This record gives sequence, C-alpha cells and structure tokens, in this order.
Amino acid sequence: MSNANPFYGRRKSRSNLMMGLCMAASLFGLAWLVLILAALIWNGFSGLSLDVFTQNTPPPGSAGGLLNAIIGSLIMTVLGVLIGTPIGILAGTYMAEYGAHGKLSLVVRFINDILLSAPSIVIGLFVYEVMVVRMGHFSGFAGAVALSIIVIPVVVRTTEDMLNLVPNQLREAASALGMPRHLVIRRIAYRAARAGMVTGVLLAIARVSGETAPLLFTALNNQFGGANLNGPMASLPVVIFQFALSPYKDWQQLAWTGALIITLSVLTLSILARVIASRSRQ
Amino acid sequence: MNMTVAQSAAVSSARPTQPAGAKCQMPHVPENANEKISVRNLKFYYGDTLALKGISLPLYERKVTAFIGPSGCGKSTLLRILNRMYDLYPGQRADGEVLLDGENILSPKQDKNLLRSRVGMVFQKPTPFPMTIYDNIAFGVRLYEKLSKAEMDERVESSLRRAALWNEVKDKLHASGQSLSGGQQQRLCIARTVAIKPEVILLDEPCSALDPISTAKIEELIDELKAEYTIAIVTHNMQQAARCSEYTAFMYLGELVEFDETSRIFTTPSDQRTQDYITGRFG
Repeated sequence: MSNANPFYGRRKSRSNLMMGLCMAASLFGLAWLVLILAALIWNGFSGLSLDVFTQNTPPPGSAGGLLNAIIGSLIMTVLGVLIGTPIGILAGTYMAEYGAHGKLSLVVRFINDILLSAPSIVIGLFVYEVMVVRMGHFSGFAGAVALSIIVIPVVVRTTEDMLNLVPNQLREAASALGMPRHLVIRRIAYRAARAGMVTGVLLAIARVSGETAPLLFTALNNQFGGANLNGPMASLPVVIFQFALSPYKDWQQLAWTGALIITLSVLTLSILARVIASRSRQ
Repeated sequence: MNMTVAQSAAVSSARPTQPAGAKCQMPHVPENANEKISVRNLKFYYGDTLALKGISLPLYERKVTAFIGPSGCGKSTLLRILNRMYDLYPGQRADGEVLLDGENILSPKQDKNLLRSRVGMVFQKPTPFPMTIYDNIAFGVRLYEKLSKAEMDERVESSLRRAALWNEVKDKLHASGQSLSGGQQQRLCIARTVAIKPEVILLDEPCSALDPISTAKIEELIDELKAEYTIAIVTHNMQQAARCSEYTAFMYLGELVEFDETSRIFTTPSDQRTQDYITGRFG
C-alpha cells in the first residue's frame, strides 16, 4: 500500500466514503421500520386473543374486540377492489391494446398519474360530497366507493405496464392463427401478463387496507357491527384512529392490536405479491 | 467459396434422375403449374413511404417459393401482406391485387380471420403461447372446429408428428410450451399452424434464431410439408433457399428483380444484381 498511486488511494477512500454514506442512509431508514414493527409487536401482541376476533368494539371500561372493525374493513376492501379492479383493468387494457398512441390514452394516462398521487383525504371529501351528502347519511357503500377510487389508478397503471411488457410477436402469432382481437387480448395477452396484473391488484389491496381518511368521511364508524352497507360501517383504520386518541387504556390497547393486525396483513399481501412476481419471471 | 455448395445442390436437385443426397429434390417443373396465389402490381405503403413498388409474381400450388434479398428489400413486407398481417397496424396500406384461388384478399370484404386460417404464418422468433404444449395446438383448432376430446388428442398428436416434435414432447404434453428449447418451440409453432389445416404456409426467416441441427430439422420438415401445402419462405440464408425451394424471388429496394426456378436463379440468373447478390458481392 505504501507505494500505491496517490490518485488511486484518494479514489479508493472516496469510494469507501460514498459506500459508507449509502449504508448509513439505508440503516437509518430501515431502523425506523424495525422500530415501528417492534413497537407494534411489543404493544399489540399482548392484546391478541380470541376475543379480538369474536367481539365488537366495547364501550370504555368493558371487555371487547375488533370484530365489527375487521368485518367492516373486509367488506369495504373486498367491495372496493371488486368495483375498482374491472374498471382499472379495462382502462389499462384500452391504453395498452387499443389506443396506445391515441389522444384519449395520453389524457387518461396523465389524469391517472395525478389520481395515483392524489391525497386520499381529497378522495374522501369527494365521495362525501357526491354520495354521503346526497344520501343524507354515512354508509359502508360510500366507503367502498372511496376505496375503489384509490384502487383504480393503481390497477390501471400496473395493467398497462404489464401488457406493454408482452412481446408484440405473441399478439401477431395469435392473430396469424385467425384469432379475433378480443380473444388475443383475453386469452393470450392477459395470460402472459397475469402474474404482474395480479401483483398490481394485491398491491392495491395492501394500499387500500390501511386508508383512514377516505373512510372517515364516508363510512365513519359503527360500534355495533353488522354488515349493512347502507349504514355507517366500522373499519380497522378508523377504529385505530379513534381508540388511539382516546384517554382509555383498554381502547388504546385495542388500537395497538388493530394496528398489528393491519400491518401483518399488508406484510403478508406484499410478500405474496413478491412471490407471485418472482415465480412468473422464471 | 460458399456458393459452390449451394450451386451444386441446386444443380443436382434439378436433375430428377439423380435424387440421392439432394434433400429438397426438385421435380420437373410442370408446364402450367396451378397458381395458388397471384400477386399483381402490388404496392405497399408504411405511412407515406413506398415499400413495395408494384410487384407481380405467382406462388405455385404445393411448391416452395423462397424470397431472398438484402435486409429492408421488402421480403417480409410482402409475406405479411399475404395474410394481411399488416392490418394490425394503422398507417400501413396495400394497393394492387393478391388473388388467393382467384379471389382478391385485399378487398375490404375479405374476412381477415378466415383468411389467416387459410394462410398460416410462422415467425422469425419462436412464439409459443403461455400455456401447455397441448393447448398451444388445441387453442387454434378450437377457433374453427368443435372436436371431442379423443379427436382433439388425435389432432394434437398428428400435428406434432407432422412437425417432427412428437417423440420429444409426447411425455410432457402438459408442460409449458415456453419450457421447450428454441428449436422445439419453433417446431411447436409450425405444428400449431399445421393443426388448423391451412392451405398456404408463410415462413418468415423461421431458422434465423436456431442452431444448425434445428435448422436442418425444419428444412426436412418444409420438404415434407410441401406435399400438401403451398409454402413461401423468407430467408437470408442462400444455401437454405437453394436447398428448400423450387422457385426463388430476388427482391431489392422494394422491387422484384427476378423470379424464376431456383435452379436457374442460382446458376444462370438473368439480372446482374441477382448474380452479384448470390455470389456475395453485395447485400
């Protein structure tokens, strides 16, 4: 090392410095994630019991669970995804397959990108104005619609991107057998892009299942559970929001447990999406 | 020199009395061979660019016609007109007449999907569909025929046999078509095309992505298929054109320079440009 070229030495130390900074930044970012997860598990795990999944949210001071919130979240998420996915897939299909360079596609793509990054509270307010005010009351259905508006741009984007990755030769080969356009898309292009599209939907579910703001203005909450879509409906994020801000110890404990449940579900979905995506690449 | 091989192959195959060793044996040319496809004064435009400048030539029934010429001369363009593949893209337009059994396929009334069931195509890059080997073949068949399970099994097997692939895949018909090697994938694509019983098969540089062994297999296949089908093949490999075809069209800059029996094109071409191209002086 003593007779090393001084330029080389300087370059090497600069490279080490750069790498050190990058590693420090990664560790810094990861540390918070680990802390959050640790805090969730530390505080939430002790509250996990069968009651959490079998009893409704209690009044302060008595025992209870999160059943109504979990069911409400499931119903609204499933409904939101059921509404948003077909619309998203059809719009993405239009842009990738039919109007790739058309003006309409350019406009839709631009607006979709804006929608993708729109604050979810704006979407909540929009649905509040359009549905809740007109109907005169909060409802689970309005909550599902708000969630679907968050799902749509995610699915549009992944569908278009994944269809664009399907080689054109495959479409030509299918057309060369005399296959009509709609079959080429449904049976060949969708099949080739399937894993990516499913991943997109899973990511949309993960994104939507933690949303609080849009539900606060639309589905509000419901202490008593029930699956009536036409009335207010509880959901995990809103219950967490309400219980965490309350002064009651047992509510705060339920909020921690709810947060742990959401986080673990989102984690599972993300891992599932990764597994599907990597399996299809082989 | 490479050409001597091709020339001798072409010459020897031109003599029906001496078939031994010649893979694509040249039968004597029928006086009035039936024109399966007649291209008449065909012009083609990519947007405003004129890519084919008025081409006329016949494709004889149950013969192999090779299209040779440097890149960009319009060979693939011509092939893609014969099944109206160009129709998939806006801005591409064909003028003139292409008669298939006497009917103009360029007419707006022509049902494109029906046309493509009669004029099949195999592409340069193998394009197996993302499904099982069995379904790759059954899929196209189901578009036109409603077969029982047994009949479909039979059709899949016979198509794979025709494409000389059956022995290699018979134990894994339900594996993904994309798990096969490149050469096998290309034969799967040929099997898929044959399965829907077309009358004409278009081959667009079918061997350019394949190794010599797979290439040889596909050339053998072409030799067998011509007993039943009218075949057009685009190739950059002049030995391949000489080995496999009975007629050869040499194209250059969007024009048809010369069309003749393959043996004549490769031995006594009438145009200087053909002579230069086949001897490797340009292109």
